[in-house]
This record gives sequence, structure tokens and C-alpha cells, in this order.
Amino acid sequence: MKILVGVKRVVDYAVKVRVGANGVELKNVKMSLNPFCEIAVEAAVRLKENKAASVSEVVALSIGPKQCQETLRTAMAMGCDRAIHIHTDLRGDYMELQSDSVAKLFQKVIEEKEKDVDLVLVGKQAIDSDCGQVGPMLAGYLNWPQATFAAKIDLDGDGLMVERETDQGTETIKIAKLPAVVSCDLRLNEPRYATLPNIMKAKKKKIDQFQADEFDVDLTAKNKVLEVFEPPARKEGITVDNVNQLIDKLKNEAGLLQ
Amino acid sequence: DYKNLPQRAPASIVVIDSKELEKYNSDWTGQYKGASRIVCRPQSTEEVASILEYCNKEKIGVVPQAGNTGVVGGSVPVHDEIILSVERLNEIHSFDAINGILQCGAGCILQTLQEKVASWNHLMPIDLGAKGTCMIGGNIATNAGGQYYYRFGSIHANIIGLEVVLPNGTILDLMSTNRKDNTGYDLKHLFVGSEGTLGVVTKVALNCPSLPSARNVAFLACNSFESVCQTLSFAKEELGEVLAAFEFMDKQVLDQVATEKTIPLKIRNENYNFCVLVETQGSNREHDTAKLESFLEQVMDSGHVVDGILAQDTKQVYEMWEIRESCNPIIKSKGYNYKYDISLPLSAYYDIAKKMRERLLPFPDVIVANWGHVIDGNLHLNIITPGNFEVDSQIKGMIEPFLFEYVVAQNGSISAEHGLGQSKNKYLGKYAKSEAAVTIMRSLKDSFDPNGIMNPEKFLPS
Repeated sequence: MKILVGVKRVVDYAVKVRVGANGVELKNVKMSLNPFCEIAVEAAVRLKENKAASVSEVVALSIGPKQCQETLRTAMAMGCDRAIHIHTDLRGDYMELQSDSVAKLFQKVIEEKEKDVDLVLVGKQAIDSDCGQVGPMLAGYLNWPQATFAAKIDLDGDGLMVERETDQGTETIKIAKLPAVVSCDLRLNEPRYATLPNIMKAKKKKIDQFQADEFDVDLTAKNKVLEVFEPPARKEGITVDNVNQLIDKLKNEAGLLQ
Repeated sequence: DYKNLPQRAPASIVVIDSKELEKYNSDWTGQYKGASRIVCRPQSTEEVASILEYCNKEKIGVVPQAGNTGVVGGSVPVHDEIILSVERLNEIHSFDAINGILQCGAGCILQTLQEKVASWNHLMPIDLGAKGTCMIGGNIATNAGGQYYYRFGSIHANIIGLEVVLPNGTILDLMSTNRKDNTGYDLKHLFVGSEGTLGVVTKVALNCPSLPSARNVAFLACNSFESVCQTLSFAKEELGEVLAAFEFMDKQVLDQVATEKTIPLKIRNENYNFCVLVETQGSNREHDTAKLESFLEQVMDSGHVVDGILAQDTKQVYEMWEIRESCNPIIKSKGYNYKYDISLPLSAYYDIAKKMRERLLPFPDVIVANWGHVIDGNLHLNIITPGNFEVDSQIKGMIEPFLFEYVVAQNGSISAEHGLGQSKNKYLGKYAKSEAAVTIMRSLKDSFDPNGIMNPEKFLPS
């Protein structure tokens, strides 16, 4: 089985973003591997460690500026065998490069460069754009079966048995035959740390470089972002000195009591 | 007569004889319990002054209390002294972002201040495990140390101004925003680390460093203490000015932490003898990453570091620090803690742990767990009896005075950062300072507090 894992370089989840004239300020902001992509990498590496899956190699794919190579090195330190970097300076947080173009780039990689991919693993969504679209769009373009929000992935004959999260509970989907696209959700696994010996080894692993515009894919945004703004600041609360004051405020100011 | 107190401090909240007093009377370790019947929670410096003036006149003992997270019994009454809590002096008065100076009340919780100054792109100069509960007034009064002491210096190095109420109710305004001011005896430094025995800190002006744009943490494994020391040397040499923290933990404490938290390196190998947490902070990510990679390559090539992990995002940074910060609370939960906090030269730093294990061989259940700010020569040596929460005088007899005598013989300190409180004040003259020094300390105390009302029976030998 050959696995392709999508990894996205996004603003670190702990950063408090600020909004400037051109949307979210990215200058000097800490960037990290998208947490759901990290879960996808872990899932791929665990499948590789599972002899029954017979995984020949795990390839990580990232689309973005040259610093994506750091993200790919993290993925390789976690266990991916090699990586592909499609270089573009377009913003990946929905402002410029959007899901449809990303899905089509993935499709081109699979159809033209890595022709024998059996399984594509991606995070369910990126924490900057929060679209959750690349996985399903890619499956659509490739005409492959898909299972999204995977909380559990098991081998099942020639295919997979995937438990997926829904608002009502867990749904089990049988993918009869590979190839397929699976997007990964929080409960699927707890990603491993990148160990020093593996970080050192990852430096020697191969990253194939391409330019985004060398593929026959329209990279222009299909949706126009009209405005980006911060939610209104929460008003500060007050403390009251006793219960009577509390009741007074609830009644006369908040209008919650009669 | 206590009944006059509430009227003296009309707006401040006074709690008398209620169940609420329980938490004010008990210290964090559970080893010290006061019998106070009154706690005052003044809301202004003037109220603090009014309370102290009254107590000074009536000769009533007062225990100033902030977050009550100290581990030497310094913040709870010995008998029924009244407790004066600064918790309501919790206003942030101003922050000068250009000069990096914070002015706030003594009752501000450290973590709240950290979050607030972070939103203004700065850092508090201290960080410790108790940050969610401890208050800056208490940190000042105890000259708190913590994990960034090496990088940012002590409270003494960062205090710019102070407002203190003296035992007779005089408000001493030493607030300032001048970093340099050589006019007279620098009185504010007397109050730093005075453990509430000279007055009550009500306001502080503190230096805040800039928030680093790059923060990296690595968690490393070493098999010998000699390797820990060599790794520390490499860190100082290779990381230079971006080295921010270097903490160590031994296998004994990690085994205990592992019962409640996942320690990534332990999953790989149960038997690493020591783990080290290294942090860098700087203004240029590429620069710091290059230095860190060079450091890591060298320590791994040298064989001093046998394994390690490098945090790939902020979540992993927090997870690594959580392991280190869990040492104290998890050890506390396992049994009675014989807690020691000592300064030693690196050559003797871990020897004391080995010697204690030898001495305690007749007590096979006892565990000697060690962790601390090895970069400052500060060791937290904790001896525990798992499952048993009662102090054992035989065990204590094997530890003291041997441990103190050992520290003195090494020219170390019997209390590196935790202070004296009521736990170690009796050793001040014996194991810490000369008779001449203690005499001067007593005369200072008498001069500030002639009636001896401030935190009696603490800090100085009683």
C-alpha cells in the first residue's frame, strides 16, 4: 500500500491572531503543522508500522512557501519516508489559494507524479481556513470512495472499515476497495513526538520540489473574501458585593428577572 | 479586642469564625495549620494601613497572606494571629509598553499578569509551577525564583518600585518607574524576600522583558549526572544568549510523574536515569533554530544525550513544561514529603541524593526524588514515604541534621528559593548566617516592627 499524506503549514494553534488591513497578520507569527494533518501523519505511520497493512512507503505533500519544508521535515521526523513540496507564495488561509485549487493540485500529483497511491490521508480541516473541503473535493475529482472525520481506521480485506464522527454519534463506513480518501478527526490518535534521532535522519530524506504554476491548475480564488474582522470584544464583567445587588442588576439592568 | 477590627476597615471584608477560614489557615503542603479566627481582605492600601495601625496599637499579630502557595509554612498563622489577605488588591494599574514596566496591586495572580502582559507583547520576569494561584505580592515577599531565574534574574533584578505599609500603619511609597535611581539606601530591596516580617507589600512596579518571537523546547535523556553537567556546558556554549531555562529531573521523580502523565521518552525507554528540559527564547526563529540544531547535534554526537524530543508546536511546548511542573504536586500526592530546597555546587549537586539513599537503606519503601533548576545550582530534594502521610521521626532523624551539615560543608544554602517561614527559621543562625549577620537582621526587624506584630515566629529564629 502506498500512502499520500497532506500536511499544511498553518498559524500555530496557540497564537492569538491579529487582523490587519490584509486580513490576519502573518508576519513574524509562529507557524506549525496543522493539528489535524499531524493526526493524519500519525495514522499513516501507524499503518506503516502495522505489518498486516504492507505499506511500501508514506509520502508527505505540502503546498505553500519555502518554509513548508520545515513542516515536511516534521512529518518525516514522525515517520514519512519522503516528501513533495509544491511551492507557491499564495496565502493558503483562504485569502488567495482555496480548497478547489488545492484539491486539483493533489489530483495532479496523484495522476501525474505518484501514480500508484492507494490511500490519501488528510486532516479533516485546517485551523486557518476551517473549510474541511479538500478531502471530499479530492475524492470527488478522483472518483474515489471517501470517509471523512475518521475516529478509527481498520484494515478490512481489500479495503477499510472507518468509524466516523457525526453530530448524532459514530457512523461506520465500509470502504470495499482501495484506493480511497480518508480525512482524520481528533479522536483518531495522539500524534507522536519527533525524536532527535529521527529529526536528524529526516534531514537526509528526499523532498521533491515543484512550482504550483507548472501544473495545469487554475490557482485563482473562486470565492472573494469581502471582509475579515475580529469578533467584538467581550465586555468586562463586574463583581457585586452581595445577593441583593445581584438580584437588582439581574432585574433592572439585564432584564432577566421580573 | 477583635470586635473593633471591622469598624476600623469599613469597606474591607472581614471574615470571622467561618468555615471559609479553613483555607486561609492551612498551607499548601498540609503540614502547617494556624488557628486564626479572623481574615481581613482589604480593598485598598489605606485599609491595609488602617488595619496595621490598629493591630500595632493593640499588639495583635498579623500574618500577611497572598496566594498561600509557600512550602515553608510562612503564610499561615502559628497560633491565632489575624490573617491579612492581599487578594483584593488585584488591580493592574498601568503598563508602559515602551519601557516594559508593569504597575499592579500585590493581589494580582501571576498567571493573570502573564496573560495580560503577553497581550501587550511582554513577559513577566518570573514563572513557577504555582502561577495559577500565587500572587505577585507573595512572589516579592519571598523573592521567588522559578524556571527563568538564569535568563531574567531574580526579583531583586526586576523590581523597579514598591509600595509597602509598615507595621505601624505608615504607607511607604517607594513606587517608581526609574530603572536607575541612586538616591539613598535602596529600601525596596529590604522588603524583597523579607517574608512579610517588615511590612505588607501593596503595590509593585516590575520590569517586564519583551515577548520572544521564537520559543523552543527540547526534552532530553542522559544516563549520568556527569552527562547532565556536560550537556549544561554545551548548552551555555552553543545556545549562548538564547538559553532561557535548563531543568533536570531524575528517574525517581519521573517514575512517579509517569503514574499520572505520559512521558514521551519513557515510552521509548523506561530506564533513562535523568531527563533535562532545555528552553531557548529569542527574537529570530531561524537564528535560534540553527543554534539549537547545532547544540543538539553536538550533545548527541558526544554521547552525553542518548535520546530526546524537540517540540514541533506550542502544544508540545506546554506538554513538556507540564511534565516538569507536575513533579511537585504529584510527589506531594503520593505520601508525606520531607521537602528540601538547597543550593549546591554542581560537583556535589547529585551526590547528596546518593548519600541520602544510602542513609535511608534501612527504610526500603522510602523514595528520594530529585528535580530542579540545575542551571542555578538549585536542587529540590524530596523524600517520600509512598502511601504513608504521617511524618516518621526516625526517617526525619536520618535526614536532619545530616543534610544541613552536608550543605554547609559544601558552602551551599539550606534554602535556595523557598525561604525560611516557620519550617527553617530555627536554622538561620546555625546553618545559614553568622551571628553578626543575624544580630543585624534582628535590629532591622526591631527598628521596623518594635511590637513584633508582623508574621511573628517566622523567618528569624524565635
